[in-house]
Amino acid sequence: MNFNAVLTIYIFEMRRFFRTITQSLISPVLSTSLYFVVFGTAIGSRMQEVEGTSYGAFIVPGLIMLTVMTQATSNASFGIYFPKFIGTIYELLSAPVSFLEIVMGYVGAAATKAMFIGIIILITSFFFVDISIAHPLAMIAFLTLTCVSFALLGFIIGIWAGNFEQLQLIPLLVITPLVFLGGSFYSITMLPPVWQTITLFNPVVYLISGFRWSFFGTADVAIGVSLMAITLFTGACLAFIWWIFKTGWRIRQ
Amino acid sequence: MSSIVSVQNLRKSYAGGFEALKSVNLEIEEGEILALLGPNGAGKTTLISTICGITVPTSGSITVGGHDTQTAFRAARNLIGLVPQEINLEPFETVFSTVSFSRGLFGKKRDDAYINKILNQLSLGDKKDSKVMMLSGGMKRRVLIAKALAHEPRVLFLDEPTAGVDVELRKDMWEIVAGLKASGVTIILTTHYIEEAEAIADRVGVINKGEILLVQDKAEMMAQMGKKQLKIELATATDDVPTALNAYELARSDDGLHLTYTYDTTSERTGITTLLNDLQKAGLQMKDIQTAQSSLEDIFVGLVKEPT
Repeated sequence: MNFNAVLTIYIFEMRRFFRTITQSLISPVLSTSLYFVVFGTAIGSRMQEVEGTSYGAFIVPGLIMLTVMTQATSNASFGIYFPKFIGTIYELLSAPVSFLEIVMGYVGAAATKAMFIGIIILITSFFFVDISIAHPLAMIAFLTLTCVSFALLGFIIGIWAGNFEQLQLIPLLVITPLVFLGGSFYSITMLPPVWQTITLFNPVVYLISGFRWSFFGTADVAIGVSLMAITLFTGACLAFIWWIFKTGWRIRQ
Repeated sequence: MSSIVSVQNLRKSYAGGFEALKSVNLEIEEGEILALLGPNGAGKTTLISTICGITVPTSGSITVGGHDTQTAFRAARNLIGLVPQEINLEPFETVFSTVSFSRGLFGKKRDDAYINKILNQLSLGDKKDSKVMMLSGGMKRRVLIAKALAHEPRVLFLDEPTAGVDVELRKDMWEIVAGLKASGVTIILTTHYIEEAEAIADRVGVINKGEILLVQDKAEMMAQMGKKQLKIELATATDDVPTALNAYELARSDDGLHLTYTYDTTSERTGITTLLNDLQKAGLQMKDIQTAQSSLEDIFVGLVKEPT
């Protein structure tokens, strides 16, 4: 195992994150604050409590998940797509590194960035709402798993994408709608029964529900089911990446 | 001398059926400079990419320093440095950090002193904190070389190092290559500039349509295949070559003032002395004579254009 290479890729990616700190950090924090102002304060003041929690606090886990999922995906997809686009991928392919090490470097960095942003948003939310975390360890575990699995998904998208348009396509057309409709801003028990059933086909529901459980101890779906969903998703991404590794799909002719 | 890179029956065909390499065999000796000469699309880059691990071979085997590039890819790739044809660099990184990144990628411990040494050797010392995008094209090429050397490789592949580079920079590049050879690095460069191969290579391989047509010592190749010409300038124009000189197959210029005699440098008797005598006997007065040796270019064009 070429740990030096993993570390080199990781540090390289993290340095880009800190070099573009305004874009990387301030924009998610700003947009989250806007969500709090609009949803939490303006709408929340007219809403009743949701499952025993004030609406402002209720949306915190959903907001974190929304940001973390999109950030992990876009960071990882851009991280591996950019070398492909500018041609520096030749170096990764001719270096004594295995595909696993490349994945560890890029996915590790993207997950760290997303996690970092997630924690910053959590800290920001303390300024807006009164919030406590019922199961801190479970919260960290859910956050980490979500960051890693969506960074894996992003890595796959980055390998697949042939141009910048395709790079944006899946996050825009699939992930954002799934996250918005996955109960980020509402409890699925607030929906009509038909839509409740349909919603259960949205994998993001399980992630947000599980994450929310770690904050408030209540959830839309059982915590065990949530855990299984995130494990399955991570497993599916890993299996796909293993397949890419075996076939050299889209990277090694 | 022993082979440091050995390519055996290497074939590469792409999904569309295009055969980029057709059973290539090549032995590269340690410490030499081998120039792979060939027209565009001959398979030069494919051959290099396959040895370096960027392209997967369809069949055949490659060893570098005795390590198979498929089964022992780490050991093999550790020995190889690659300078690609295109200027592929992270634009926002500094020169130092991008070169240091390459070292880390090859699993070597960070060594700032070594990186600085390479940068100074390549006259990049004062640019080490500049962003790559601020550099000129020639400087960027040097950065690519520095990146390829960052992990102390024993074999360096230069894919068209002087394509689109001005004359002065090309000479600089040749000096760099000569310096690297002196430090013990084996160098394989591809080029379609014949003068480049002629200027710096120890051996020349000619590749065309995915096949290696020949690999030979440069001087030997030129001696063996080179033809020399003797150009004779006459004091007065002649309307016709005298029949007594028919055996020499002289070529007469349109103005009748020049005769050209082509001879083989490797034959025992070049026929020059008898020709000069016979010219005098035929009553032709010589004003001047000069000889010219055919260049590698003539040889190359002859090989590649030969109908098969």
